[in-house]
Amino acid sequence: MSDLQSQDYIRRSASTMTPPSARNHEEEVAKLIDVSRCIGCKACQSACMEWNDLRPEIGHFEGSYQNPADLGPSVWTLMKFAEYENEQGNLEWLIRKDGCMHCEDPGCLKACPARGAIVQYANGIVDFISDKCIGCGYCVKGCPFDIPRISKTDHKSYKCTLCSDRVSVGLEPACVKACPTGAIMFGSKTDMKHWAGERIDELKSRGFDKAGLYDPQEVGGTHVMYVLHHADKPSLYSGLPDKPRISPVVSAWKGVIKPLALIGIGLAALAGFFHSVTVGPNEVTEEDEVEGERALREKENTP
Amino acid sequence: MSRPKTVIIRYTALNRVNHWITAICFVLLTLSGLAMFHPMLFFFSELFGGGQWMRAAHPWIGILLLLSYIGLIIQFWRENLPNKDDAAWMDSMKYVVTNDEEHVPPVGRNNAGQKLVFWSMTLLIPVLFFSGILMWEVYFGAATSIPVQRVAVLIHSLAAIAAIIVWVVHVYAAIWIRNSVRAMTQGYVTPGWAWRHHRKWLWELASGQHGKNVIRKRP
Amino acid sequence: MTNTWQDIKNANLVIVMGGNAAEAHPCGFKWVIEAKIENGAKLVVVDPRFTRTASVADYYAPIRPGTDIAFLNGLIRYLLEKDAIQHEYVRAYTNAGLIVKDGFAFNEGLFSGYNEEKHSYDKSSWDYEFDQDGFAKSDDTWQNPRCVINLLKEHVSRYTPDMVSRICGTPQDKYLHICELVAATAAPDKAMTSLFALGWTQHSVGAQNIRTMAMIQLLLGNIGVAGGGMNALRGHSNIQGLTDIGLLSNLMPGYLNLPNEKETSFDEYMKTKLYKPLRPGQTSYWQNYRKFVVSLQKAIYGDAATQDNNWAYDWLPKLDVPLYDIIKAFEMMNSGQINGYICQGFNPLQAFPDRGKIRRGLSKLKFLVTMDPLDTETSRFWQDFGPQNPAKSAEIQTEVFQLPTTCFAEENGSLVNSARWLQWHWKAADGPGQAMSDIWIMTGLFHRLRDLYRKEGGAFADPLLNLTWKYTDPNNPDPEELSKEMNGRALADLTDATSGAVTKGGTLLDGFAQLRDDGTTASGCWIFAGSFTEKGNQMARRDATDPREQGIAPNWAWAWPANRRILYNRASADPDGKPWNPAKPIISWNGMRWVGIDVPDYGPTVKPSDGVGPFIMNAEGLGRLFARDQMADGPFPEHYEPMESPAANVLHPKVSANPVARVFSDDRAAFGTPEHFPYVATTYRLTEHFHYWTKHALINAILQPEEFIEIGEVLAKEKGIEQGGWVKVSSKRGEVVCKAYVTKRIKPLAVDGKPTHVIGVPIHWGFTGQARKGYGANTLTPSVGDANTQTPEFKAFLVNVEKTTAPAA
Repeated sequence: MSDLQSQDYIRRSASTMTPPSARNHEEEVAKLIDVSRCIGCKACQSACMEWNDLRPEIGHFEGSYQNPADLGPSVWTLMKFAEYENEQGNLEWLIRKDGCMHCEDPGCLKACPARGAIVQYANGIVDFISDKCIGCGYCVKGCPFDIPRISKTDHKSYKCTLCSDRVSVGLEPACVKACPTGAIMFGSKTDMKHWAGERIDELKSRGFDKAGLYDPQEVGGTHVMYVLHHADKPSLYSGLPDKPRISPVVSAWKGVIKPLALIGIGLAALAGFFHSVTVGPNEVTEEDEVEGERALREKENTP
Repeated sequence: MSRPKTVIIRYTALNRVNHWITAICFVLLTLSGLAMFHPMLFFFSELFGGGQWMRAAHPWIGILLLLSYIGLIIQFWRENLPNKDDAAWMDSMKYVVTNDEEHVPPVGRNNAGQKLVFWSMTLLIPVLFFSGILMWEVYFGAATSIPVQRVAVLIHSLAAIAAIIVWVVHVYAAIWIRNSVRAMTQGYVTPGWAWRHHRKWLWELASGQHGKNVIRKRP
Repeated sequence: MTNTWQDIKNANLVIVMGGNAAEAHPCGFKWVIEAKIENGAKLVVVDPRFTRTASVADYYAPIRPGTDIAFLNGLIRYLLEKDAIQHEYVRAYTNAGLIVKDGFAFNEGLFSGYNEEKHSYDKSSWDYEFDQDGFAKSDDTWQNPRCVINLLKEHVSRYTPDMVSRICGTPQDKYLHICELVAATAAPDKAMTSLFALGWTQHSVGAQNIRTMAMIQLLLGNIGVAGGGMNALRGHSNIQGLTDIGLLSNLMPGYLNLPNEKETSFDEYMKTKLYKPLRPGQTSYWQNYRKFVVSLQKAIYGDAATQDNNWAYDWLPKLDVPLYDIIKAFEMMNSGQINGYICQGFNPLQAFPDRGKIRRGLSKLKFLVTMDPLDTETSRFWQDFGPQNPAKSAEIQTEVFQLPTTCFAEENGSLVNSARWLQWHWKAADGPGQAMSDIWIMTGLFHRLRDLYRKEGGAFADPLLNLTWKYTDPNNPDPEELSKEMNGRALADLTDATSGAVTKGGTLLDGFAQLRDDGTTASGCWIFAGSFTEKGNQMARRDATDPREQGIAPNWAWAWPANRRILYNRASADPDGKPWNPAKPIISWNGMRWVGIDVPDYGPTVKPSDGVGPFIMNAEGLGRLFARDQMADGPFPEHYEPMESPAANVLHPKVSANPVARVFSDDRAAFGTPEHFPYVATTYRLTEHFHYWTKHALINAILQPEEFIEIGEVLAKEKGIEQGGWVKVSSKRGEVVCKAYVTKRIKPLAVDGKPTHVIGVPIHWGFTGQARKGYGANTLTPSVGDANTQTPEFKAFLVNVEKTTAPAA
């Protein structure tokens, strides 16, 4: 969003320099989404549209209460509805607010080639700096949660900012403010985990033995966490990844291959250079010319 | 060196134009591709007027490269067909790299190294093209699944690196084997050059297999 | 609501039946979540569909639309059989022990006194036995078989679990589990709250649906207590205010009855209003009725209402029918009896049943005036919008005047919420374009009409010519002025009979206790007395201090009556004045007076030993398990099938539907039968939209863009209907072509052994606004209302459904 926060950066895409670290006393924040309290009213969606001035097109009914049909450049959060029949044969309507998880180890940032187009603040928020975005779509491939979307009009990538503009001045994200049932909470990650613990105990007391916190360690934890009644099966919630991790393909691409490739190319160039200074050029000699002319003449003279 | 009296036309004007279009495309793609591949090289994006322009231009240049390279394939595929000389040439690689060509068996118009460059690119450029299409966000971002795109990205990168290394070899070879560059700029080589590097080809030329026009006398 | 939104958090059990609180009242629903988290409450949902409320419920059971009374009567049977009632409460605070007249009976679906021709009851037998003093006889031992409790037991005995399941399609185990959960709240320190809305009102038995649950709450001792009550969640921000202020054709402000044509004089009118106490020592607050009416007349007619003209009683309209509800109004429009229509803040083409009939009615008018902030369907009924409104403009002669008005955010004023709080709001912006406030428009109409009458005369001009109109700006009265008028003021110096305190003439009143029937007070709405006093605008108070953290903040806005937050709160304490639930007391007797966190709904110094019942608005002071003559369709609730039903009433096939529902003959002809329309349909709202308003708002249109119906997977498969595919839903009255949501959330119900499918029809789309065009659910719905209130039966009717293709654009 804004460069005013540049001193808060702890990570910057396509940058290897040590980030500014003077401001070292920032607390990590987290948004906790308690799906067991969520009624799927979409107040969060409308608050997100209001605060961020987003207005996707009026779509169609597509066989679900999920509208718009998908996340998009102007849809940064989306209620997803899953009808699930449990082992007892009872229906559960699992409603989940989807959006950026603000990973501690963000795959988008890892994949991004544009310097500073994706940053992570010391408070954990992962933010897209739009003027630096080149629209390549690598973040889409890097993200384990299928979140970023590239605009077809301005070719920038967009996703939830966790209202970094609001958070930086001490406000909660707009969705949190709007949630009528308190299903979306916001605070320090420590507090949120503590509160999640209470909620999980309560859910267990209501018979949800597998209730738990979704804070996947495979991506170093996330700054958006869920309290799930079925924490053993996150994928029930409209395909929330059971074990989200940055794809090994992406890790290879943005990991080992990156230095190896440069080394390989460099070695090839160096090999040439040293060949040149040791063996030197392969030049045509006067004798070669004579021989060449002769060869041509001989044949010419042969009928 | 004095101006040669007899010259052999090695590459026609069409050959040369086609080659240099390919070369320019390749260099631009290398610069923009590396910029998007490695953070340290992102500054190359400035050569294209910034990241957005670079991102937009890269795939179009890629299409041009493919078309251009198809031109090269049409023109050069026959002379790059492998033959039994190639193995012999490869076996004497240690003489090749030490410029000791007297111990290298005579070869035709292209040696095995040149053929390798040709066929490597013939393989890599289409791979780059198709993997590139899959990751071309603007038009094909939604055409395939993200896991497929991830694999495409990986293949694209590996193929590009391979192509760049081949290209480095190609460029160095052109510089190392003196007067080769002239063949691709002005189009001709001297009989001595041909005698030294492509003796069989010279014999073929001399026997008129390639027509009369390729050998020109100069006043 | 008897209680408040915040009070829901005190509940131990929240039952949502006849409503979908999470969906339709998401903000208020936070208190249900609070109850669950902070009070360990269980949430039970009974609904034909698995709703958004069900998604966070602890227990859900399906029910066939229109069979709630069977379910609830079964529940009463269960409570009585298991003796899971709060005995002391029931004995002391309800009419369980009162003895019913011998003439009262119930046979084959009919109560005594039925008149088959008039489709109505002679209710004279629906009463107590009285002794020579006019007091109702009672037997506190409940031994007398004519005791209300024994008659009730007999009445509900037919509703066995098996019978409930046969009628409702609710699996017996689920039904019994809910019975068990409900029964647990009979404990004096446990409370259940009932949250309901249009899911109960919009039936031909709507009022009885609610009454049945109210009886259950009385049996459980859950009325008047924290976390209990009957809580109607109102569907508009100010619909409570609408009824309070008497915007129903048979009511005046403050729930005072409009006279009927038989009440030719004020005395005649008052004869049936002064409810004399039916038990010794009772309060019967309606004894003050005359004070309220006279003060109202003084507010309307000022100096022109005098003792000599019986407080201008003759100028009041007299009803010739029970009420002129909207169904009747459109019947009259169709038959040419109404030919001009001022439609203010209302969109009947979208909101009232049988859309075709509404359109035909509007087409026959000479003129239609619409006053609305939005471009409503009603104001465009004459325009061809394609299949969604196929009007032939050339054939319609109605002259339409479309007057744009400001909306609530563009004017000062008050809204009355479900909890009866009058909350003042302040103008946030000017209205757009030529929009004017409703007050300004109505005032202009009034002046012009009065001028015409003055100039040209006319029949019976007195009511109009004598209206008092003393506003600072007579052309645009200020909302504060109107509020003061409703609060009321002293017209002369008033001396309090007991304390001797004097209220100066001209000052605003502090409460309705000061009202007089001698013309010395004026009050436009007696229940609002106290809302705007000499201390200022009480509605504008914003102090959220809640002394016991129990959901009662007495200085936040103002609640009618008398700033009382929980009605019948005397019943929260036992007969000795000690709270039933010491952890959540509301008021208690301290030896001198009633004290606590709420204004007592009782004489503040009336001793417990005086034996005054807690239900002071009832003449016997008791909660009524037997309703006497207050209901049109019986003193006990009885299950009647919806007017369009897939099955005959298994209890009494000859009297299948409500025998006293008023049905016009053309409407009856437009009822479908199950052989042509085999599926049960029900209509409802979605969170994303507010009725037909928010389809005009971009964000809401984005969030729920297009009309659809909900259909279970089984029926969809049977009919070859795909997810998101086009369907045609038809009733005998019309058809809707829209998309289908094939869902697991609606399952076929086994009704009397037969699988019965339910189709869900959300209501929000029309042909104006930003969302995609829709046909509107009311295209399908039958034109029949509740026998008591004429609220249309939107919640249960018959349709057919077929796979089809998209309508032509």
